[in-house]
Amino acid sequence: MAAALALRILPFGRYTGRPGAVVERSIRVHSRTWTLMVSGFAEPVVYLLAFQVGFGSLVGQVIGPGGQQLTYVAFVAPALLAASAMNGAIFETTYPVFFKLRYAKVYDAMLATPLGPVDIALGEISWAVIRGGVYSVAFVVVMAAMGLVGSPLAVLLLPAALLVSFAFASVGMALSTFLRSPSQFDYIRLVVMPLFLFSATFYPVSVYPESVRWLVQVSPLYHGVELMRGLAVGVLDVGMIGNVAVLAALAAVGLAATSRRIGALLLG
Amino acid sequence: MANGGDDGDPRLMVSGKALVKRFGGVAAVDGIDVEVRSGEAFGFLGPNGAGKSSTMRMVACVSPRSDGELRVLGMDPDKDGPRIRARIGVVPQLDNLDAELTVRQNLQVYGRYFGLSRAHVRAKAVELMAFAELSDRADDPVDPLSGGMKRRLTIARSMVNDPELMLLDEPTTGLDPQARHLLWGRLYQLKQQGVTLIITTHDMHEAEQLCDRLVVMDGGRIVAEGSPASLIARYSTREVLELRFAPGEQDGQVSRVADLAERSEALPDRLLLYTADGEATLEAAHARGLRPVSTLIRRSTLEDVFLRLTGRSLVD
Ligand SMILES: Nc1ncnc2c1ncn2[C@@H]1O[C@H](COP(=O)(O)OP(=O)(O)OP(=O)(O)O)[C@@H](O)[C@H]1O
Ligand SMILES: [Mg+2]
Repeated sequence: MAAALALRILPFGRYTGRPGAVVERSIRVHSRTWTLMVSGFAEPVVYLLAFQVGFGSLVGQVIGPGGQQLTYVAFVAPALLAASAMNGAIFETTYPVFFKLRYAKVYDAMLATPLGPVDIALGEISWAVIRGGVYSVAFVVVMAAMGLVGSPLAVLLLPAALLVSFAFASVGMALSTFLRSPSQFDYIRLVVMPLFLFSATFYPVSVYPESVRWLVQVSPLYHGVELMRGLAVGVLDVGMIGNVAVLAALAAVGLAATSRRIGALLLG
Repeated sequence: MANGGDDGDPRLMVSGKALVKRFGGVAAVDGIDVEVRSGEAFGFLGPNGAGKSSTMRMVACVSPRSDGELRVLGMDPDKDGPRIRARIGVVPQLDNLDAELTVRQNLQVYGRYFGLSRAHVRAKAVELMAFAELSDRADDPVDPLSGGMKRRLTIARSMVNDPELMLLDEPTTGLDPQARHLLWGRLYQLKQQGVTLIITTHDMHEAEQLCDRLVVMDGGRIVAEGSPASLIARYSTREVLELRFAPGEQDGQVSRVADLAERSEALPDRLLLYTADGEATLEAAHARGLRPVSTLIRRSTLEDVFLRLTGRSLVD
């Protein structure tokens, strides 16, 4: 009923309610490349261990959410979770999507079936979220095993990681539809790198002078980091509602923009 | 629920009136009227850029019309795109198989896009691979297949949803003669089962073999319409006399014999004389001292109609 209603409202049949079929394609494609899945998970874990062994002994205690004293690794771990969710999502929705859109004509083939641009956008973004989710579960388990979570609220790290994935996958896929050649991916990398470094990932936002803090707070990853860090130590804050809202808004805007672009590019 | 606007003659699979497709300011399809009836094989002929694929894409509901009326299976593509696409099969001009999947997976995954069950697409894939004679390549990736094999797979893929209407944009381009005949046989079989076929082709023999009715397009417009036989009767003569000359000797020969035929046509490599009686015309040409290296008298074909209508090398 809802699907029938959506069909009537959305112009030119943009949604058929079948993004699962698009996800299924990805599952088939990747069923034989599970080694890639392993490496995607191993990377952040190696980071964690490096921080534990290396920085842990140099940096000492850091002030975390709610004024708690944290070891440096406990401080960084939730941020790394957010950053790896971001990186995974961007990785999955940029080059592979660009290739399928511009060269392999995978979406053209899909659009000849009842599927519409919204099914494609939602299906591809969902796949990135699913894949990121697998890494995130493993990451949270490792965090717990290393004694880096201080509260049962940490189970909420998982939905939070999925939300971060969703937000960045949506935006990443939307951006990919604007790129015209593979070399332009450098622009995306150019944006992602500073996000990774300056989103209160490695030091608290209070380190920055008052005048540039707003810059950090504009970073979408910052909102992911804040959310994760609060959940990891078990400190809830009204600000988290804002963090969630920002990420949800990015997800929605990215999804809408992606659908529109696919329609504009392929349904000419 | 209102029934998606099913109206008009229920036997019309496609009906377009004053249909227009513009890209920027340019009209690729410039006001055509077409009606395709249930169960028929309908052809679009025309030179490169005539607007055949643009028309096919509008009918396939992947390209909104710029102007005019269009109904496919009684529905409006602008409103009911997904419902229409669920019931048609599309073979695009250029293959877009999924290179990341095997032959079998291409069929299965494509079937899933239609919402068909896993069990159904599993069985269907086996059946379609047999149809395309690709069973022995079932679990191979698609990329190493030959061009003709890919074409066959694309055609098989378009049948995964048991379509009532198939849109085939140059289906046999790139197929060897054997594969082409095989495909003609299969298409004929589908037609016998009541499937409506819309075909574009540059192969006049194919059009003559397959199509009950066809239109010739040129510059976005329809310039002729009818059955192959009626088009030949209307736009050509019963027989054609072909004269081949030694290289360089053809120039100037046209004017010597043009009055012997109803119409003549100078192609780069031969002279065509359209006449009711080829034998008599040949004798008359000999009498005037023409000495071609070879001659051929044959029946008119769609090729001749096409040449005349699209003005290709016309020396009328
Ligand atoms: N997406 C597009 N954007 C702009 N112009 C287009 C587009 N698609 C087609 N055209 C133009 O529309 C005209 C008709 O093209 P179309 O592909 O329909 O021809 P066709 O009859 O299928 O030709 P062919 O026999 O070469 O396949 C051409 O001039 C082409 O350049
Ligand atoms: Mg074409």
